[in-house]
Amino acid sequence: MDDFQYHAPSSVDGVLSALRGADDGKVLAGGMSLVPVLKLGMAAPSDLVSLRNVPGLSDIEDHGHCLKIGACCTHAQVAASSVVQERIPALAAMAGRIGDPQVRNCGTIGGSVAHNDPAADYPAACVGLGATIITDRRKISSDDFFGSMFETPLEEDELVTAVCFPIVDRAAYAKFENPASKYAVAGVMVAEGDDGVRVAVTGAGAGVFRVAEMEAALADDFSADAVSGIGVSSDGLLSDNVAGAEYRAHLVTVMAKRAVEACG
Amino acid sequence: MPAVTMTVNGVSRSADVEGRTLLVDFLREQLALTGTHVGCDTSQCGACVVHMNGQSVKSCTCLAVDADGADVTTIEGLANGADLHPMQEAFREHHGLQCGFCTPGMVMSAIDLVNRNPSPSEGEVRHWLDGNFCRCTGYHNIVKAVMAGADAMGGGS
Repeated sequence: MDDFQYHAPSSVDGVLSALRGADDGKVLAGGMSLVPVLKLGMAAPSDLVSLRNVPGLSDIEDHGHCLKIGACCTHAQVAASSVVQERIPALAAMAGRIGDPQVRNCGTIGGSVAHNDPAADYPAACVGLGATIITDRRKISSDDFFGSMFETPLEEDELVTAVCFPIVDRAAYAKFENPASKYAVAGVMVAEGDDGVRVAVTGAGAGVFRVAEMEAALADDFSADAVSGIGVSSDGLLSDNVAGAEYRAHLVTVMAKRAVEACG
Repeated sequence: MPAVTMTVNGVSRSADVEGRTLLVDFLREQLALTGTHVGCDTSQCGACVVHMNGQSVKSCTCLAVDADGADVTTIEGLANGADLHPMQEAFREHHGLQCGFCTPGMVMSAIDLVNRNPSPSEGEVRHWLDGNFCRCTGYHNIVKAVMAGADAMGGGS
């Protein structure tokens, strides 16, 4: 790992100015994605700006129509939150299955969405539930936020400060996970709310994607049978030593069925 | 180089470290606390688990500078003189180790579990140990040890 300048400012403004003063600055939250990236040499930022001294980024607020989850909330915190468990149980359950306990103790929601790993769970939760990503300067809908792998519309000096999840009528997440890393080989979040039915897939493609045909079928008949005959094309899906593209395509339908069944 | 100060096993320790120094390397190389092991170095195997501010973390994936001000406990901080911590004693009693490489991380992870869940079921123990790999034992005696250790801890460290 190349060395870097380390900063630990105590305010969002301090974070932004440290990023602006850096040639190639990166924000460090829990580090569960970024530190492995640095160790592998996949990135070599000139500066790391830690969020550990910035107050007010770890709150979970119930705003009635939505839950606002601070960017530095850990996966363990979201999983154990009685508010999240009561209001969006599928989100608490999803957070409780990310990585392993030690990863959940450090990894954060803001870090996960900003990193946009194609096999991470939060992108599916955000897109499936219709969440809005809040930054220091704007609000971005999940549909516009998550691009292809590791791509987001975030500016170099922009900080995710929170994610707002609308309260939905029902939702569930099903994933087929890599047994070692716990990353999704294919993970599907299904949700029904004011926004209609949404089906979001992570792990299978180069980035999270929705399956319009499944959404339409579930809007008509919310049952596992409604999606059991709907497949996704393996064109463009990921293929690696864990699973080929065709197997991933198969898993998408299986996980979608399981998620619908789990919605009850 | 940035200066870092943290409490390790109850003692305040300060040093200058490079930004890129991992917490596990700080513990092992600068503080000579070699009970914390490096296995996979990719935050999967759990040999490097320590407690930071009361929670188990993988020290191979934490930066030492980011632990500035933290309260860190390693495997060396558990025993009271010659008296092993109840979880360590349970691993010995139930043959919860063979080569011992994964054991420090297993013990630190298990204590975090019991601090949260004083009477875990066998299933809960197995699920919790998701992030700790053992290539010798097949886990059965580790699970027995954790459950016995939980009983012996009587609901917390």
